[in-house]
Amino acid sequence: MKDKNFIDLASVRASLEKDGRKRFWQTIEQVAETEEFQQLAHQEFTTFRPSPKTESGMSRRNMLKLMAASASLAGLAACTKMPIEKIAPYVRPPEEFVPGKPLFYATSMPRPEGGAIGLLVKSNMGRPTKVEGNPDHPASLGGTDAFAQASVLDLWDPDRARTVMREGTIVNYSDFLDLLSQLRSQYLAKKGAGFRILTETVTSPTLGSQLKAFLAQFPQAKWHQYTPVNRHAEREGVRTVYGQYLSHYYRFDQAEVVVSLDADFLCSGRGGVRYARDFADKRRITDTHSPMNRLYVVESMATITGAAADHRVPVRPSHVEGVARAIAAAVGVRGVEPGAQSSPEVSTEWVRSVVADLQQRRGASIVLAGEHQPPAVHALAHAINAALGNAGKTVVYIDPIEAQPVNEMESIRELAADMNAGTVETLLIIGGNPVYNAPADLDFKKALDKVKLRLRLGIYNDETSYHCHWFVPQTHYLESWSDERAFDGTACIVQPLIAPLYENHSAHEVLGALLGDPGRTPHQWVRDYWSGQKLATPVEYETFWETCLEKGVIPGTAFPAKTVTPKPDFAAALGTGAASAGPMEIAFRPDPSVWDGTYTNNSWLQELPKPITTLTWDNAAYISPRSAEKLGVQRDEVIEIAYQGRKLRMPVMVLPGHADDCITVNFGYGRTRAGRVGNGTGFNVYSIWTSDKPGFGPIPAPAKTGDRYHLVTTQRHHIITQGGRKVEEESQAAFNRDLVRVADLEEFRSNPDFAADPPEQTTQAPNLYPRYDYSQGYQWGMSIDLTSCVGCNSCVVACYAENNIAVVGKEEVDHGRIMQWIRVDTYWRGGLDNPETYHMVMPCMHCENAPCEYVCPVGATMHSPEGLNLMIYNRCVGTRYCSNNCPYKVRRFNFYLYSDWHTPSLYGVRNPDVSVRSRGVMEKCTYCVQRIKEAEIKAEVEGRTIKDGEVVTACQQACPTQAIVFGNINDPNSKVANLKAQSRKYVLLAELNIRPRTSYLARVRNPNPEIKE
Amino acid sequence: MDHEEVATLVSPGSEVLGPGHTYGSVTDKISSIVLTRGTGNKYKIGLGISVALLIGLNMGITVLMAYGVGVWGINIPVGWGYAITNFVWWIGIGHAGTLISAFLLLMRQKWRTSINRFAEAMTLFAVACAGMFPLLHMGRPWLFYWLLPYPDTMGVWPQFRSPLVWDVFAVSTYATVSLLFWYVGLIPDLATIRDRATTRIKKIIYGVVALGWRGSAKHWKRYEMAGLLLAGLATPLVVSVHTVVSFDFTIAILPGWHSTMFPPYFVAGAIYSGFAMVIALAVPLRKYYGLEDFLTIRHLDNMGKIMLATGLIVAYSYVMETFMAFYGGNKFDIFMIMNRMTGPYAAVYWVLIAVNLVIPQLLWSARIRRNPLYLWLLSFSVQTGMWLERYMIIVTSLHRDFIPSSWGMFHPTRWDWIVFLGTIGFFFTLFYLFIRFLPMISIFEMRDLVHKTAEEARS
Repeated sequence: MKDKNFIDLASVRASLEKDGRKRFWQTIEQVAETEEFQQLAHQEFTTFRPSPKTESGMSRRNMLKLMAASASLAGLAACTKMPIEKIAPYVRPPEEFVPGKPLFYATSMPRPEGGAIGLLVKSNMGRPTKVEGNPDHPASLGGTDAFAQASVLDLWDPDRARTVMREGTIVNYSDFLDLLSQLRSQYLAKKGAGFRILTETVTSPTLGSQLKAFLAQFPQAKWHQYTPVNRHAEREGVRTVYGQYLSHYYRFDQAEVVVSLDADFLCSGRGGVRYARDFADKRRITDTHSPMNRLYVVESMATITGAAADHRVPVRPSHVEGVARAIAAAVGVRGVEPGAQSSPEVSTEWVRSVVADLQQRRGASIVLAGEHQPPAVHALAHAINAALGNAGKTVVYIDPIEAQPVNEMESIRELAADMNAGTVETLLIIGGNPVYNAPADLDFKKALDKVKLRLRLGIYNDETSYHCHWFVPQTHYLESWSDERAFDGTACIVQPLIAPLYENHSAHEVLGALLGDPGRTPHQWVRDYWSGQKLATPVEYETFWETCLEKGVIPGTAFPAKTVTPKPDFAAALGTGAASAGPMEIAFRPDPSVWDGTYTNNSWLQELPKPITTLTWDNAAYISPRSAEKLGVQRDEVIEIAYQGRKLRMPVMVLPGHADDCITVNFGYGRTRAGRVGNGTGFNVYSIWTSDKPGFGPIPAPAKTGDRYHLVTTQRHHIITQGGRKVEEESQAAFNRDLVRVADLEEFRSNPDFAADPPEQTTQAPNLYPRYDYSQGYQWGMSIDLTSCVGCNSCVVACYAENNIAVVGKEEVDHGRIMQWIRVDTYWRGGLDNPETYHMVMPCMHCENAPCEYVCPVGATMHSPEGLNLMIYNRCVGTRYCSNNCPYKVRRFNFYLYSDWHTPSLYGVRNPDVSVRSRGVMEKCTYCVQRIKEAEIKAEVEGRTIKDGEVVTACQQACPTQAIVFGNINDPNSKVANLKAQSRKYVLLAELNIRPRTSYLARVRNPNPEIKE
Repeated sequence: MDHEEVATLVSPGSEVLGPGHTYGSVTDKISSIVLTRGTGNKYKIGLGISVALLIGLNMGITVLMAYGVGVWGINIPVGWGYAITNFVWWIGIGHAGTLISAFLLLMRQKWRTSINRFAEAMTLFAVACAGMFPLLHMGRPWLFYWLLPYPDTMGVWPQFRSPLVWDVFAVSTYATVSLLFWYVGLIPDLATIRDRATTRIKKIIYGVVALGWRGSAKHWKRYEMAGLLLAGLATPLVVSVHTVVSFDFTIAILPGWHSTMFPPYFVAGAIYSGFAMVIALAVPLRKYYGLEDFLTIRHLDNMGKIMLATGLIVAYSYVMETFMAFYGGNKFDIFMIMNRMTGPYAAVYWVLIAVNLVIPQLLWSARIRRNPLYLWLLSFSVQTGMWLERYMIIVTSLHRDFIPSSWGMFHPTRWDWIVFLGTIGFFFTLFYLFIRFLPMISIFEMRDLVHKTAEEARS
C-alpha cells in the first residue's frame, strides 16, 4: 500500500541534482510535488480558508507541515490587493481624519417594505457605532425611527451567519459561484424555465435593473416579491381609483386637517419619520397666535397616532369602511353611498363635523387609510382626497418607487402554487424569511420542500435558510454598496462603513454571478448603474458621484408629481362594503418594536417598551377592557384564538382605548431560528395569518384556556374605580400631581399661563447648602415639547447606542431593573374605553439642587460648574441611596454585570467615548456629556464659544419631531432658552425646590369645538 | 472582712434577688454554667440550628459576592430592601443592652445587675449582625473603605453631607464602645473563672483575658472609675446612634422618610425592640439554667414596663405621622399614608399596627407582665412589629413615590430570606458560645448585690 503523500527521497535527490544550482527550493514536498503540496498551493492562491473536510488520520508531522504552510499562507493572503472603492465622508474630508475622532458617512437604510431612510453613520476608527438621521434626506430631515437607531446593533450581532453553507457543511463562496455558473449555463438553454427568484419589495434601482436584466436573459424565469407587511392594499386602492399602479406620499406640511382611517402614519411605515416631522411642525406652538393642525383618528388598536389625535374613536377594523363611506358620501364622491354597513362607534354628528372641517380646508387636508385596511378603504380615501382637491396638493402621486410594483400577496401565492405543482426547479431567496412569515394557508415550508434546488442569501441562518440547500450570508447595509429610493422617489446611495465582517455577500454580487459577471463588485454595479442614468445637472461623473456619497442623496431623483384623474366609474368596483363581521374580529399588525420579525434578534428593540402598552420581550393579544370583561379574561390569561381553521394560543393584554370586540395581534414573534435574543420570545401570529384576509377577519369569541403567561411591562397599570367609572390609578395620580399639564387650544389662547408653576415654586427657596453659581459660562438645559412628542421611542434606542446601555432581559425587566436612561411614560385621561393618551419623555432632570448628590457617601455623583449632574462610575460603591432619593427615578443600577464584557463582536458597537459599566454601579442620563466635551474641546481649539445647536444630545438628534431641544440656557438667544421662556414651560415637582434643568412644554390639543365628547 | 464573715453573709433576698444567697452560692451558681455544667442536648440542638443558619449566611454572602446584589429582590424604585430593614432592626435591638448597662448604671438602678452582662453581649452581637448589612448591600462591597476618611493619595474624601458617612462613624463608635464596656465589665469575672478553672488550658486562656486582675483595692478603684467613664461615654450613644440611623431616612426628600419626628421615634423603637430581645433571651435562660433567683419576676416586670412606655412613644409616632400627613396637607404625604393603609402593602401596615401597637397594650396588665411565658410571647410580637415597621418605612415609601410611571413592587427572594435568617443564626451562635464560655451574669456585681441586700437587712 502506498501512501499518497509518500515522498520518494531518491527521486527528490535526482530532481535537485538535475537542476543543480539553478534551482531554489524550500521544502522536500515542493520538490517532490506531492498531491498535498499541490492542494495547499492551490488553496493558497484562490481563497484562504480551512478545508471543509477534516483530515482524520493526520499525523503529527503532517500537522506541523500544515501549520507551517498556514503561517506562510496567512502572510500571502494579506498581500492580496483589495479593489479600491472610495467612500466619501460627510462634510469632513478624509485628510482631516484624526485617530480617535469619529467621522460621519452618509448612507441609507433599506426597509423590508421598501423605501429607505437616509442616515449619517458615525464611524469610530472604522467601526460604525451610531446611526443618525441625514438632515438632507427627505425621509429623515435629521430624525430617525427606532429601527434605524437599532440597526447598528444588527451589524455587530454575534448571531449573524458567518459562513457559506451547503446542506449544513461549511463550503467556499467559490463553490457557490461555481454552482451559479453551472446554473447559468443550464438555464440559459432552458430560457430560465423553472428558475425563480424571491425577494422582498425592491426599491433599489440597481438591484431592480439587475433583476430586469436577469429576466431579459432568462425570459421564462420569474421574479417574485413578498414582504408580509406590504403596500398591497394601498397600491390596489390607488389602482382602483386611478387605473394604474402609483406610489403616493402625503404632504403633512400642507395639511390643516388630517383624518386617519386606521392609519398609524407617525414614525411607522414608509415615510413615517418625515410625516411625523411635518405633522409636528404644523402644530408647533410658539405663542398664542400659532395655528395648529387637527387630527381625527378612527382606529382599532391604540397607537401613537391615536395618542396624538385631537379626536379619536376606537372602531373595529371592519367598521372603518363604513366611516370611510360616510365621509366619502358626505364630501360628494360620485357613486359612493353611505353603505349598508353602519359603524356604531361613530355617530353621524361626528362624521358631519369632520366633513365640515375637511370641506373648510379643501386642498389642505388629508384622509388616509391604514395599510392593513382593504383596498376599498384606500380607494375611498383617495377618492375623498380627490373630491376635496387634495390630490396633487397634500397627496402627491408619483411613479412607483418600487423597481417592479406587484401585488405581493398574489406573487407569493403564485410561487407557492408553482412550487406545489413542481414547476419550480431552482429557487433563489434573497432576504426576507418566507418560511417564517408567509401566510399560513400557503404552507410555504411544505411547498418549498418540493423545490429541487433551494438557494438562499440572508443575513441570518434563520427559518428559511434552514430549509435551503445552499446558504450565503448576506451583507448588512453598513457593509455593502447599494442604492435605495425613499418614499418620494429620491434615490440615495447605500454607502458601506466597513468591509464585510464575515463571509458576507450582497444581492448585487449574487445576481451579478447569475448574469454571468461574477467578478463585478457591488460598488461597480451601483456606480455603473448611475453612470448610465441621465443626470439632473450635467457634471463630471466623478464629482457627481462624490457629491452623492457626501450628501447621501442623489440630487434631482425625487419623482415629479403626476397629475392624475380618478376613473369616473371606480365606485362600481368597490362593492357594497358589506363585510361579514363575526362576534369578534382579529386584526394583524406589524409590531412597533420588531416589525414583521426582521428585527426580532435585536435586543435593543426587544427590550424597548412598546409605545403605550410598555410591553417588552413579547407580543400579546390586545383587547379592550370591555371585551375583557365580556370574555371574563384578564391580563396574562392565555386565550385560544381560532381563525380560519387554525388556532393560536396567546396571552391577553387589556389595553384601554382599544376597540371593543376586536383582538389586535402583532407579527414578529414566536420565531424558532432568530438567534439567541429572538428565539422563544412571544407568539407566532403568522401561524394563523392567511393571504386572503391579511388585515383582519372575523373570529368566534376566543376560548379561555386556564393557562397563564407572564407579560412584562415597564409601567404597571392598576385599574381602580373612581367616581363610578373605571380609570387607571397611575394616570389618576399623575394628573392629581400636575405631572401632565394639558389644555385645549382655546383654553391656551385665553390663558397662556395655564401650565406655569406657581411663583412661590419658581423662586429659589432657602437651601441648607451653599448654592452653585449658575450665572457664568455654559449652563446646559433641555426642553421637551409634549405637544410635539408622539412617543415613538427613537430617543430611547438612540440612547442605547450612544451610551452603551446594557440590555437586561425579560426577567430583569420584570424585576424593575431595565437600564434605559430615558423612558417614555404613558398616562391616560378619561375612562378606560377611549382615554386620551399622554406621553412624557423622562431623561435625567439634572436638578440644580440635586437630591441625589448630597446623599452619596463617596461623592460619586457630583455637580459640574455647567449645571450637569455627573455620575462618576469608578467612584460609585453602589449604595443606591441616590436612586432612592431621586424623585424622578431616572437612575439605573447594575444589579448584576449587565454589560456584555465577553462577546467580542459586541465590542464593535460600543461608543469609545462612554465607559462600559460594570456590576454594582449606578448610572443615568448624562445629557450626553461626551458630546458636550467634544464640542467644548473643539471650540476651545478654535478659540471661540460653543454655538447654539452645536451640542446635540443623542435623544434630541433622533427625535423625528424635534420635541427635544438642548442647549445653553445662559445664552438668551439659544433655542432652548427661548423655549424655556414660553408660557407653556413647566417643570416636574417644582414644589420640591430641586430646580430641574429639564423642563417641559405643556401639551396643547386642538379639538373641534363642534364635537362634544 | 475575713473569710468566715464572708461565708456567713447571707442575703435575705429582695425583689431582684432570691433569698438565702451568699457570695459563694452566687459565684458557684454562675461560674458552674461555664466550668462544670457542660452542654446539654437542648444546648447542642439550639447551637446546631444556629450554626446551620450561619452556614446559610455564608452561602448567602458567597452568592451575593459572586453575582451581585441582584440576587436580592431590590430594584428601581425600591433600592433598599431587606438589608437596610435588617440593619436598622439589629442596631435597634442592640440599644437595650447599652441602655441597661450604661444608662441604668448612672441611674443607680439595682435591678440592672443581673441582666446587664448578657444584654451587653446581645448589643455586641446585634451590632455585629447590623454592621454586616451596610457592607453587603453595597454594589461593590470591596470598596467599603471609601466611606472612611483615610488619607487617599488622590486626596478624595468621603462626602460628608451624606448620612451614610455619619452612619459609619455612629455605628463604628457604637461597636467600639460596646465592646470595651462589655469587656471591661467582664474582667473581674474572668479572673474568678480563671481562679476556679480546673484544667491548664482553661487557666491559661482565662488568665490571659483576665489581664492580670487580682482584685486589689487599687484595681477596684480604677475599675469603678473606668466603668463610670465608659457608662458616661455610652449613654449618649443610646440616643445618638439611632438618631443618626434615622437620618438615613429623614435627610432624604422621600415622603414617608422626610420627617423631623424620626429621631425620637427611632430611639424609642430601638429600646422597645431591644427590651423585647432581652426578654426573649432572659426567659429561657432563667428557666434552663435555674436562674429564677437572679432573674426575678421583678426584672421581667420592670422590662415589661419599659416596653410599654417606649411602645407608647412608638404608637404616638404612628398616630402623629398619619395626623401630620393630613394636617400638613402635602399631597405626596397624604398619598403615602393612604398607600400604606390601603395600597399593595396594606397587610404589612395592619399587621404592624396589630403586633406593635395593639397587642403590647396587654402590658398594662401586671398579670401579663409578671407571667414569663406571656411576656416571652409578647416579646416576639414586638420584635416582629419592629421589623415590619422598618420594612414598611423603607419599602412602602419607596415603591410608590412621586412619579407614578416608576411605581413598582418589592418581592423578597430566597437570598433575602437566607441572609436575614442567617444573621439570626449568627447572633444565636455567638450567644450560645457566650453563655457557654463566659459568665452570663456579672458575678462580682451579684456579690455586691448580696452584700448590699444583706447590709440593708442587717441595718
